[in-house]
Amino acid sequence: MSTQKRHPALVVSHYGALIFLAIVCVAPIVLMFATSLKLQTQIFNSGINFIFTPTLQNYRDVLGEGSFTRYLTNSLLVGVVSTLITLVLGCMAAYGLARFRFKGRKTLAYTTLLLRTVPLAVLAVPVFMIWSQAGLINSLWGLILLYVAVNLPFAIWLLYGFILQVPQELEEAAAIDGCGPIQVFYKVVLPLIKPGIAAASIFTFRIAWNEFILALVLTDRATRTLPVAASLYITDIGVDWGKIMALASLIAIPPLIFTFIAARQIITGLTAGAVKG
Amino acid sequence: MRTPSWVPWVYLGPAVAVMAAACLYPLLSALQLGFYDWSMGTPWTAAKWVGLDAFAAAFKDAAVWRSLWTTLMFAFVCVTAEMVLGIALALSLEGTVRGMAFFRTLFILPMMIAPIAVGLIWRYLFDAQFGLLNAILGVFGAAPVGWLAQEHTAFIAIVIADIWQWTPFVFIMMIAALANVDGAVLEAARIDGANWWQSTFRVKLPMIMHVIVITLLMRLIDAFRVLEVIYILTFGGPGDSTEILSLHIYKTAFVSQRLGSAAAISVLLLVVVAALSWFALRLSNPLKDEERT
Repeated sequence: MSTQKRHPALVVSHYGALIFLAIVCVAPIVLMFATSLKLQTQIFNSGINFIFTPTLQNYRDVLGEGSFTRYLTNSLLVGVVSTLITLVLGCMAAYGLARFRFKGRKTLAYTTLLLRTVPLAVLAVPVFMIWSQAGLINSLWGLILLYVAVNLPFAIWLLYGFILQVPQELEEAAAIDGCGPIQVFYKVVLPLIKPGIAAASIFTFRIAWNEFILALVLTDRATRTLPVAASLYITDIGVDWGKIMALASLIAIPPLIFTFIAARQIITGLTAGAVKG
Repeated sequence: MRTPSWVPWVYLGPAVAVMAAACLYPLLSALQLGFYDWSMGTPWTAAKWVGLDAFAAAFKDAAVWRSLWTTLMFAFVCVTAEMVLGIALALSLEGTVRGMAFFRTLFILPMMIAPIAVGLIWRYLFDAQFGLLNAILGVFGAAPVGWLAQEHTAFIAIVIADIWQWTPFVFIMMIAALANVDGAVLEAARIDGANWWQSTFRVKLPMIMHVIVITLLMRLIDAFRVLEVIYILTFGGPGDSTEILSLHIYKTAFVSQRLGSAAAISVLLLVVVAALSWFALRLSNPLKDEERT
């Protein structure tokens, strides 16, 4: 089909439709950023007004609250550490599943595949109970452990697909040259599965950075993450729109940056397992 | 050279330990917790064994049934709309154009930003006083609608937010699937005199049916897992008109503080999702290739 020369009008309407869809996807996000630059009074009498004097007051307010730095540090720590641990354990497990045939492999594989879709709401209640007893509640490590566990199934299966593509002869050759198993992994496998690692780390970081319900249940004033802090601007009296949109915009920035840098890897991750190629 | 049987477990051990401790064990505990009556803040030793009471009570509880119904309706309406829209858009916009990669990047943005941000954005758009939707209606002279204050419109609001966030996913899956369709087959159909309708419904769609079904199941599973967007957008209200099962579990546990009942309902949701996942696994199994050999 694509070899046929298409009528210019068809190409124009094709672009027109794509641009329309892009606006539908992006406009609400732009609106969030725009609202974060408005004062509460401007927000209340808005409706449709695209022309307004932007102010950074909301950001000053949000950043000025003493605890912001702590929440940001918590979020970064939880996001980065969960991602690193998930990647290391995920690579090891994926390699083990791809390269060895052993007793219990199938049971393990199916259990992991099923764990991939566990609803977080289902985990909230028992995890709250167990973490309370184990002294993991209100601790960042408790949250990190949970995020690693819920992200591992996806990471393992994504990386498994990539490791299968690595020719085993390459590894054998490296082993004959005197590389140990760790060296083989670093020098042969790792460079070849980089796109998989990129996708797995973005998906893991996205969950750990964005997740809100489990963090709400498992943290306190000292260990709160940014999404939990944002939710506290919703009160019975109303929503402090300017501030909450400022905080939500700040939370949205890292995933937006990752999306623009690594859209291809993200799409690989999204379509993994269903579409070949 | 035979590898000793303990070697695989050096690689798998750490991951298995973490998943067992923080995922599998909690799930089994939920099952166990369902058999007990336990309130938050009291020691576990004070929990009372109630046998199947909590499960029986959950099945008799009208609120659970309403919540299950809301969840099924939500999943059905959202997934149907997303599949139809996504497939229709992919069929009309397939074929390579310059800059498609950039458009795809923009299309995945709604899935990448925090669910809490998605909930806030739509809560803001649907606001009765200053929301953009009412402002647009106002231009056409319509009276403002209290979108999130009425049961039906609040349900529409959570559906629209989900459609906005996830239709691009279906679209991208379908574009990828259509790109893999063998051009020679379509050419053959064209030579045989197939019109657009026939080549689409008799040739293209059947050829990507596998991906369509898997995408459908992936969306269905995710629709049952939605929680955060609705938590922010409506918190289940007004009344319990948008209280899907995930949110009902959260409220039962952490608002009403009935952990045993919440655990029993969790098991119900888990069974539904596990059944769908099992089905999905049968269709798209990463182990399938090796089983054939």
